[in-house]
Amino acid sequence: MVQEVVHPFAKYLRSAMMPHIWCPGCGNGIVLNCFVHALDELQKDLDKLVVVSGIGCIGRTAGYTNADSFHTTHGRAIAFATGVKLANPELEVVVISGDGDLFAIGGNHFIHAARRNIGIKVICANNFNYGMTGGQQGPTTPLEASTTTTPYGNIEHPFNLVHLAAASGATYVARWTTLHVRRLTQSIKRMLQKEGFCFLEVVSPCPEIFGRRNKMRTGLEMMEWFRRASVVENFSDPSKAEISPEKIVVGEFVNTEKISYERLLHEKIAQINEKAMGW
Amino acid sequence: MTGKRTLPTGAHFMSGDIACAEGAIAAGCRFFAGYPITPATEIAEHLSERMPEFGGIYIQMEDEIASIAAVLGASYAGLKAMTATSGPGFSLMQENIGLAVMTETPCVIVDIMRGGPSTGQPTLPGQQDVMQAKWGSHGDYGIIALAPSSVQEMFNLTVEAFNLAETYRVPTLLMGDEIVAHMWEKVVIPPASEIRIVNRKKPHVSPSEYAPFMPEDDLVPPMACFGEGYRFHATGLTHDERGYPRTQNSEVQTRLVRRLCEKINKNADKIINVEEVMLEDADIVVVAYGIVARAALSAVRRAREAGIKAGMLRLITLWPFPEKHVARIAGQAKAIVVPEMNCGQIVREVERAAKETPVSFLSKLGEEPHTPQEILDMVRRCS
Repeated sequence: MVQEVVHPFAKYLRSAMMPHIWCPGCGNGIVLNCFVHALDELQKDLDKLVVVSGIGCIGRTAGYTNADSFHTTHGRAIAFATGVKLANPELEVVVISGDGDLFAIGGNHFIHAARRNIGIKVICANNFNYGMTGGQQGPTTPLEASTTTTPYGNIEHPFNLVHLAAASGATYVARWTTLHVRRLTQSIKRMLQKEGFCFLEVVSPCPEIFGRRNKMRTGLEMMEWFRRASVVENFSDPSKAEISPEKIVVGEFVNTEKISYERLLHEKIAQINEKAMGW
Repeated sequence: MTGKRTLPTGAHFMSGDIACAEGAIAAGCRFFAGYPITPATEIAEHLSERMPEFGGIYIQMEDEIASIAAVLGASYAGLKAMTATSGPGFSLMQENIGLAVMTETPCVIVDIMRGGPSTGQPTLPGQQDVMQAKWGSHGDYGIIALAPSSVQEMFNLTVEAFNLAETYRVPTLLMGDEIVAHMWEKVVIPPASEIRIVNRKKPHVSPSEYAPFMPEDDLVPPMACFGEGYRFHATGLTHDERGYPRTQNSEVQTRLVRRLCEKINKNADKIINVEEVMLEDADIVVVAYGIVARAALSAVRRAREAGIKAGMLRLITLWPFPEKHVARIAGQAKAIVVPEMNCGQIVREVERAAKETPVSFLSKLGEEPHTPQEILDMVRRCS
């Protein structure tokens, strides 16, 4: 008798949407894997989870997760998620998107959501380029890196995402690579247990599009770079958390408590209504 | 959280922007996200004070793009949601208005039109966004746009805009202008029990059977919201009835886009609202909307006094365009006059519907709307 084998995490995924669109060696599957592990370990109620994404390869994660999910226009995931979280603070709202989506076109929404401390959790897969459109230069492309739009080497200074997030007011800021699967999962768990705006950068391999233009043709070569260069510096100064061929500073940089925007808002509404009743 | 205060039932003296804000509350709107822009800002200001009294949410976002995105999120999270803006902000919102169309998100977008293009005339009226309302976002789609002519209609039509948005799962546009927004007039607000409120239809199947974009006979799919256990996916990509991306499938694209257009077009008779004034025997018909219709009404009355058989067709619904109404009056009239505060937008739709009947266009830009005399002169020339 043939027994149907079901993956223990199948319930977290929309199997009807498989196979996924990601290339061999891509890190997006690892991000999704760590995310569902974190959901499982926390026994999160999938009926109360909303996954929102913008545009790009990692943006498909929303559709692959078996929760309520919404795939927005380019760059607008955080703004959309803000509306969701304010309208129903009971929902766990997670934004999973890429570096180009969140920090180029969506940069303004990111800094303002962090400033307001809206309780949404943002996971950014940073692969240093625009993978889906064929590997153009983006806001995190390292200096001198080769992309399809920087054929002579990139001359724009990249964002340090963890520094930007910390400076904008995020209550939790961490960076890992897709090599650090356990720490990555731990960080996602930690974020999901916090109240305010949380940000996790996942340095992720894009061998097909970014790697092969930069002397790392395979996923394995990119992971080898992560292994060789990563240095864990927990709670170090995020402004000094560099990413270079020689050194990738990873770790948990910020973990503080601050009342969330939605709690302040709903408390304010309650106060106003008490006053209206003459108390 | 339940509201502690009530609607200002009864007669009031208020501005169009305030009437719009009160209309939103009366319609059940409990989420407003916006960004300040003249001449729509007073809607935001009024709602920042009033919304919390009803347990509703007001947030000033970082820009118009964020505002409309947050409105879509709030609508999917189960609240009736609105934003208000003016021309430049309306332009910024266009991409996500397309997302609202594609994901069939009920919401209301108020565009208080000012003179454009670009920053244009922030404190002066215009009707230069009416084609942007229909065609502003990319791709083909159906949309609903209403044009208030008075402060009372800023209230009434805001309520109606929510009802239409919820009925057809479509972003509904309220196309006011600087004058109706800023002028103060008497508004009668009925008791809450007498205000017709429509809520989106909900799924009547189990989550495992639910397909979020499976239409019913009226071409509108029932809508589950986040957190209700249906665990659905929605995307701006071309998608099948389950909401799954099917970007390479021309059959799915055709079926989806045709339905998005047809759910508005096939229900046009139910959606469209016009006002007909002295049309029974009219030789010359003025077709007007918004603030201009008030001068047109005056012109038509004066023409009648002068023995000219004039009448007015006032377009309350701009989109879908009241083509049948225009065609019918064109069949009986000698001439049609279209005064607009632009260089020619709705007049082209009128011409299309009027076929053989000559259409004269009276354009005005800048400071003030048409005077009754200007419209009367044109009516005389056509008679």
